[in-house]
Amino acid sequence: MFKWFGKVNYTPYTKVSDFAQHLRDGRLMASQCKKCGATSFPPKADCEACMSDAFDFVEVSGKGRLHTFTRIVAAPTGFEDVVPYTVGVVDLDDGGKALAWFGETVEENDIEIGMELQVVPRIFEELEEIKVYYSLERPGTKWAKV
Amino acid sequence: MRTAWMAIKAGVHDVVAVIGCQKMTELSTPEILALMGRVGEVQWESGFGTTFPGYYAMFAKRHMHEFGTTREQLLDVAVKNHHYGAMNPFALFRKEITKEKAAASEDVATPFQVYDCCANADGAACVILASEQKAREISSNPVWLSGMGCASATMSVLSRPNLVGLPSAEAAAAQAYEMAGIGPDDVDVADVHDCFTVAEIMAYEDLGFCKKGEGGPFIEEKQAYIGGKVAVNVDGGLKAKGHPIGATGVSMTYEIAKQLRGEAGERQVPDAKVGLTHNVGGIGQYCFVQVMTRE
Repeated sequence: MFKWFGKVNYTPYTKVSDFAQHLRDGRLMASQCKKCGATSFPPKADCEACMSDAFDFVEVSGKGRLHTFTRIVAAPTGFEDVVPYTVGVVDLDDGGKALAWFGETVEENDIEIGMELQVVPRIFEELEEIKVYYSLERPGTKWAKV
Repeated sequence: MRTAWMAIKAGVHDVVAVIGCQKMTELSTPEILALMGRVGEVQWESGFGTTFPGYYAMFAKRHMHEFGTTREQLLDVAVKNHHYGAMNPFALFRKEITKEKAAASEDVATPFQVYDCCANADGAACVILASEQKAREISSNPVWLSGMGCASATMSVLSRPNLVGLPSAEAAAAQAYEMAGIGPDDVDVADVHDCFTVAEIMAYEDLGFCKKGEGGPFIEEKQAYIGGKVAVNVDGGLKAKGHPIGATGVSMTYEIAKQLRGEAGERQVPDAKVGLTHNVGGIGQYCFVQVMTRE
């Protein structure tokens, strides 16, 4: 059910759709190639290293450091109700990068490149249909419905 | 341009009209942000409301972090492009701006404010390309496409080797320089894809006009002005000329042809012999570089 992922979802059908179920249950998953063992976050059904389409999900810590960020004030259609919001890119300790919003455990003024962060699964409870995403939080922040 | 050039080189056509046009003002800014934000990676990125300015703003933050590029240097790019836009009768904004005015404009995506961003615009441009033999028959003053390069990069910025430049631009430039048999030091005038202020600073570096990380000082020292090392975007660039997406690449070719023919009027680069265009698609997902020369 990948249509659950993101505030606005543009890719409801994908070979890594189980990622969203894991996220709903509080687990952040990377993909691991069954053939060559390469892991990827965000998950990729087709291995970038060897092109194999056989993969498993493996849980990752989500810990990492901030690579860059921006506070978006001019929002696209579909995001008017949450603007302004701050987007960051994190270099993950387990490999790969994640792009996400900052959560409420991080003060806007404290955000700086290189800071330690953790990618944490989240659920938008206020929406009728279940919606999952992940946010950038202080390390050690537990999975929670917000 | 590249397709027409290939058709002529392949002997399929002798003369090709390359027409670029776009009418962007029929959509609102949020609609344009939504549509263009989706030229990025839609599965893992667009769901967080990423925008074009947002992506380039993240490039800017990282560039400032790694190389000490300053907010002032970013705004220097906008001031230069408005300075030359004021001299271009086809520019959307024909007025000079001050750094103070730019720094007082509304936030778009930090560190960018309105004056860091190019303008959504309507526009059209046309170039007539011909084979060498045909060009000599129909023109007394032909300009030659001497080097052509094109390269792509990953759709997701998360898969890129770094967020301080565009690998597609570096690769396309290397191809174009090699085909033309020149290097970046030979370029007299260039039109580059300054969709945002940092994009022009990264272009100086990706094209080899200066070393990686030195784009900030390059503009601060006015090396991108007429009289500097390379005159860059002396038509006003995307910033002041405007950015009608489908017309921009062709309009760059037009500008460099005018410069090489000595027909650029007030903004003429003295004795320009070698010109370059650098046009970027998406957030550097692809890039085209052309080297243009005259006899």
